[in-house]
Amino acid sequence: MKLLVAVKRVIDYSVKVRVRADGMGMVTDGVKHSMNPFCEIAVEEAVRMKEKKIASEIVVVTCGPKQCQETLRTALAMGADRGLHVEVSGADYESLGPLQVSKLLSAIVRKEDIKMVLVGKQAIDSDCNQTGQMTAALLDWPQGTFVSEVVQEGERLKVTREVDGGLETVSLKLPAVISSDLRLNEPRYATLPNIMKAKKKRIEVLTAEALGVSVASGLRVLRVQEPPRREAGVRVETPEQLVTKLREIGSI
Amino acid sequence: MWRRGVLRAAHCRLLLPAGRVYSSHATQAVLQKTTSESVSTRSGTDKKVITAASKSFAVNMFQGQIQAEQVFPYPSVLSEEQSQFLQELVEPVNKFFLEVNDAAANDALEKVEDRTMEGLKEMGAFGLQVPTDLGGLGLSNTQYARLVEIVGMYDLGVGITLGAHQSIGFKGILLFGNDSQKKKYLPKLASGETIAAFCLTESASGSDAASIKATAVLSSCGKYYVLNGGKIWISNGGLADIFTVFAKTPVREEATGEVKNKITAFVVERGFGGVTRGPAERKMGIKGSNTAEVHFEDVRVPVANVLGGVGEGFKVAMNILNNGRFGMAAALSGTMRGVINKAVDHATNRTQFGNKIHNFGAIQEKVARMAMLQYVTESMAYMISANMDSGATEFQIEAAISKIFASEAAWTVTDECIQVMGGMGFMKDAGVERVMRDLRIFRIFEGTNDILRLFVALTGIQMAGSRLKGLQKALKNPLGNVGLLVEAMGKRARRKVGLSTGETLSGFIHPELASSGEMLVKAIERFGGCTEDLLLRYGKKIIDEQFLLKRVADSAIDLYSMAVVLSRASRSLIQAHPTAQHEKLLCETWCIEASERIADSLTALDSSSATNSFRNMRSISAAVVESGGVVTPNPLGF
Repeated sequence: MKLLVAVKRVIDYSVKVRVRADGMGMVTDGVKHSMNPFCEIAVEEAVRMKEKKIASEIVVVTCGPKQCQETLRTALAMGADRGLHVEVSGADYESLGPLQVSKLLSAIVRKEDIKMVLVGKQAIDSDCNQTGQMTAALLDWPQGTFVSEVVQEGERLKVTREVDGGLETVSLKLPAVISSDLRLNEPRYATLPNIMKAKKKRIEVLTAEALGVSVASGLRVLRVQEPPRREAGVRVETPEQLVTKLREIGSI
Repeated sequence: MWRRGVLRAAHCRLLLPAGRVYSSHATQAVLQKTTSESVSTRSGTDKKVITAASKSFAVNMFQGQIQAEQVFPYPSVLSEEQSQFLQELVEPVNKFFLEVNDAAANDALEKVEDRTMEGLKEMGAFGLQVPTDLGGLGLSNTQYARLVEIVGMYDLGVGITLGAHQSIGFKGILLFGNDSQKKKYLPKLASGETIAAFCLTESASGSDAASIKATAVLSSCGKYYVLNGGKIWISNGGLADIFTVFAKTPVREEATGEVKNKITAFVVERGFGGVTRGPAERKMGIKGSNTAEVHFEDVRVPVANVLGGVGEGFKVAMNILNNGRFGMAAALSGTMRGVINKAVDHATNRTQFGNKIHNFGAIQEKVARMAMLQYVTESMAYMISANMDSGATEFQIEAAISKIFASEAAWTVTDECIQVMGGMGFMKDAGVERVMRDLRIFRIFEGTNDILRLFVALTGIQMAGSRLKGLQKALKNPLGNVGLLVEAMGKRARRKVGLSTGETLSGFIHPELASSGEMLVKAIERFGGCTEDLLLRYGKKIIDEQFLLKRVADSAIDLYSMAVVLSRASRSLIQAHPTAQHEKLLCETWCIEASERIADSLTALDSSSATNSFRNMRSISAAVVESGGVVTPNPLGF
């Protein structure tokens, strides 16, 4: 079974993000980037499936400018077999959203004879949580989202989903789309020897046109702004003072 | 006048290799080594003797000359591919230390936690510089520096475990091993399946490395050596399977037929039998790393395990140490980066007297000095690693300077970090007191800073001396060497009347740093003159003048530090780095203070008040030693 894992290069989780001066996006120049943590979990799950001989090949894909190849290299170092880089840059990249990525992914699925697509449930930059679902819809495949466990049962997957009320177990017929939640696994470290070996793995560069996909977006960003700053609080010594304070500001 | 002086100095130098005047064999050996090197150049023409110039910046500054090649512009040696690969390695290493390694736990446990040790092996951290075809990562010195900087930032105990293994433990096999030794040992060492240790120090032989007592005697069948001896304070001693051991072997000198004991290096496997280890030593710091005695009793070491040739052991040992010193500077610049972050975090959040404390001048000066020391150390580390990567062979003075500077800078910076943090910094939970304890050993091991200062001063003076000797030779044929003599005489004459000798750095230094550059040029010219004066005044007896040599070394360290920051800040200005203006401030401020220190040190070389102080200190020390401690009674009289 051939797996496709989609990964996204995002501003690293430890970076304090800043809004660009033009108010149309985030400052990304000179800012540390890394693989979206949920994507790491998806890659890890795919690698485990390969180790269990469930998967025969892991193809990892990313969409974006040239720097995104770093993210592919990380996935290759973790154990993916080869990389696909759909090069999208400039204005197309700025407006690249879940719908465009889903179109690209489904085109690749058709081209590559993929049996399972793994994605992170959401990316920590845009928090869209749509790519998995849209891809399933475009392919007309069953989907298991927010997954914390995946077990193969013949031609089906038994999938445990983390939902508000608790855990839901569903059985999906393959081929299918899976989106990983936080507790699916703990991703391994890309070790230095594996990073070195990954240098030899192939990364194929594709374009949206070659895949027959238009990445035009119907959405327009009007303004990006920082949330209001939290103001400094005051310390009160006793419960009585607290009550007085709350009265003063009209909270009670 | 100068003519006679030069002759005298040169004469003295020729005598140097004969006697063992100086008490430290190690330093003496340095003198012998540099002398024998200059002997080989002597075989060329006279002109060559003078012009066979070293490319080392440090060597040249002892002659009052500027050899910019290795220092300006700031070297960048990584190919795009190397740089890209390195960038990919940095993050996983960083992440490993953040998420898996627990420095406080290693410290409390007095060993690196098992899971961390296993993780480090999987990471490939035990074979960073082993060639890829032998299972390592094949990193250059610069790439290695960047990774150990991360290690140094998080855990020096782990740093020593890794460093004792690959920076000294098996570095000998990398540098001097033959193909079969490399193939046999390196793959398992690279994966961490076997751990290596470097066994030089003995109970009666520390700084004086040439005085080791361990022996290795060739068996009557000629197939193996029988090794006997005890080594102490061996990092990784309790963990290692492979030891680089130094022992004295009887060697027959071809010329005289005389049998002399010379040091030979051996690769010894624990499995050879007769290798025993003491319990782990209890230490002040780097507790995570293992330190133990290792004893060799009638260990049969196959002849094939001689490393680098019989009788070549001292050279092997010194080369291993020389090659590893930049790594210490790199690791400690990481340490400083880490503690500076802590100090700044505290200074920006702590309010006293109604103000965040970073607004107070007392704190600002500390923060600024910490930043400068880190910048200098880091600049040195990557300058030297780049020089080594581009094939420089003469970097021993620079490497020694970087070890001295880094270990003292990191100590000061960490001490000030604790001071900025106040009581908080003294608490274990802040994690800085551990760093302070860990750092203390860095001024002691791998050549104490005191011995390394003598090494820096004497090696430099020796090189300067060989130039004087070259001039002496030129004098024998003055007509054939008119140009050289005129140049040399002219320089000395100009220096004596306070004129520039014409050395220049223009073209290498960014115009915005021109005044700092001038300070360096002036300081180098004066330094060269002082070195020459010392040689003329003391001749070979200079090796007994440790009060003076210390000041010569201090000046050399400051000079080199000025050069590296001028180089790096210039590059940043030229390439318009975002931090260029900040670097300019660091560089300017550093150069002003360093040149003042140099002026003081050099003045002390011949001022009567300093001479007086040195004489007094000798007497004070003698009296304290005589009475076995403090001489004076309590002022209360009881």
